[in-house]
Amino acid sequence: MPTLDRKPILLDFEKPLAELESRIGQIRELAEENDVDVTEQIRHLEAKAVQLRQEIFSSLSAAQRLQVARHPRRPSTFDYIQAISDEWMELHGDRGGYDDPAVVGGVARLDGRPVMMLGQQKGRDTKDNITRNFGMASPSGYRKAMRLMEHANRFSMPILTFIDTPGAYAGLSAEELGQGEAIAYNLREMFRLDVPIICTVIGEGGSGGALGIGVGDRLMMFEHSVYTVATPEACAAILWRDMSKAHQAAEALKITAADLKGLGILDELLTEPIGGAHSDPLKAAEILKKALLRNLSELDQMTGQQRRELRYQKFRSIGVFAEVTA
Amino acid sequence: MSLFDWFANRQKSGSTTPQGQEREIADGLWTKCEACGALTYTKDLRSNQMVCLECDHHIRIFSDERISQMIDADTWVAIDEGLQPVDPLNFRARKAYIDYIRDTQEKTKLADAVQTGLGQIEGHPIALGVMDFRFMGGSMGSVVGEKLTRLIERATQQRLPVVIVCASGGARMQEGMLSLMQMAKISGALQRHQENRLLYIPVLTHPTTGGVTASFAMLGDIILAEPKAMIAFAGRRVVEQTLREKLPDDFQTSEYLLQHGLVDAIVSRTQLKKTLAQLIRLHQPVSSTSHVVPRSSIKALTKIAPD
Ligand SMILES: [Zn+2]
Repeated sequence: MPTLDRKPILLDFEKPLAELESRIGQIRELAEENDVDVTEQIRHLEAKAVQLRQEIFSSLSAAQRLQVARHPRRPSTFDYIQAISDEWMELHGDRGGYDDPAVVGGVARLDGRPVMMLGQQKGRDTKDNITRNFGMASPSGYRKAMRLMEHANRFSMPILTFIDTPGAYAGLSAEELGQGEAIAYNLREMFRLDVPIICTVIGEGGSGGALGIGVGDRLMMFEHSVYTVATPEACAAILWRDMSKAHQAAEALKITAADLKGLGILDELLTEPIGGAHSDPLKAAEILKKALLRNLSELDQMTGQQRRELRYQKFRSIGVFAEVTA
Repeated sequence: MSLFDWFANRQKSGSTTPQGQEREIADGLWTKCEACGALTYTKDLRSNQMVCLECDHHIRIFSDERISQMIDADTWVAIDEGLQPVDPLNFRARKAYIDYIRDTQEKTKLADAVQTGLGQIEGHPIALGVMDFRFMGGSMGSVVGEKLTRLIERATQQRLPVVIVCASGGARMQEGMLSLMQMAKISGALQRHQENRLLYIPVLTHPTTGGVTASFAMLGDIILAEPKAMIAFAGRRVVEQTLREKLPDDFQTSEYLLQHGLVDAIVSRTQLKKTLAQLIRLHQPVSSTSHVVPRSSIKALTKIAPD
């Protein structure tokens, strides 16, 4: 999990909270120096801080949630895998000449049972981010993911995917190696797999790059995660012809977990610890694990054929249109 | 008839003036090729499927013309024509999406960015979807996703090959995540079609990009492309920004994709119908009437077969 000794990174809207917390610290120090009892005041201020945190995080705008979703300390795929599994072993490579560090995965044991866990991996610091290409997978990354999922299907292991990417990598090599084909192939083949598939957006769900490991029986999202058809920045540039309208685009695109629940796209919203998953990663992992196990026990009741039918109907029903009969 | 002949004829009758020529281009009697500038009598160009007679440039055509080029006369039956886009997100950028829909429908006489139906190609029944770039850049929202899914499902049911002519800027942002999910929905329908061992051939035309490239455009059992079409996942400008370096001139063209193993063949529009018919025939099980079995071996078989 992200270490606690690192300096916290503050988002704009967290500032009043940080100020209040530093005031509490100051009062404590002063009281100690002067040997005064301030227990009552401190308790009052701490209650106020909790309340403030709750207020701030319960009324975040879409653009603010996007900031939380992209928070450098937000727990990553590795963090969750390590926190929720009893044991695990990372597997590598697409067997086509590449091992994309932006997609990680392996066999693991979850509450006693073998599962396949995989997801996009953002870096934990600048250097790591460069290695992992900021979680932007190449075609080999999608092929590696598919290879792991095929493996899981052969050995009857449920597949748990963790989505956290700004989008699929847009580069010369990615185009040459067939980025479109790699994603498309996964979209089709994930419908073929018999084993249970649960997809969870743990941070940023960036468009086709997210969907490339996102076809499952259940789609879950953390409360402050976002899932977008295009980044609000790109949408602002295209539809508003003005990059500075990104916050408006974020609102209009309906990218939050609550919005997507309303549109029938999301199955389950995972409530985050107050202050976001990064403020209490272990708690977030516990919430995730519980939800995964509950959904798995439901999906276990079905045959492979039933799950495939469920998966098909789940996506089949998405879309809003009118039908006029001639 | 070449332009020269035409002018010669015109001069004989003594009616031509420079203003007259301009008017006739505007009236659509003549068409100017945007690639080489050649002026061609539109009727001649149409009979060459809107491929420039001088330079082979494939002039952009739209769904109606494409259908009539590909499908045998009097065999086209459009399906799901009553599907209409709505505005599920109440989306408004510089213009409200709902107004944008109405204006585009009025201008194009199309309901949305794809036409679907059943028809025949040289007598072979197929299910055909044709995207139309005029309708919001051929973008894919709920209607495009639903129409293509229904088309593929019907083809699976009736055991028909599917052909989809792609032309799209990608997912339609105004319908947000509903648009993105159409990629998965269509791919799911294609999975069932494929599982039933039925043939699917996408035809990639200029331009095929974004979410369409990352779903049904690249899922063909066989993938065909028109010459010099732009086919991409991420647009050239996005890639340039990522790399900060110059890209090859032919980057993301059909020819470039063929070189990189991503499409099977580049087919001139004038050969498209013939090629599709040939491919469909090549994938049909050999029927008992189509190849000659020597009489002697039939006799031999009847002898061996137990009654
Ligand atoms: Zn020309």
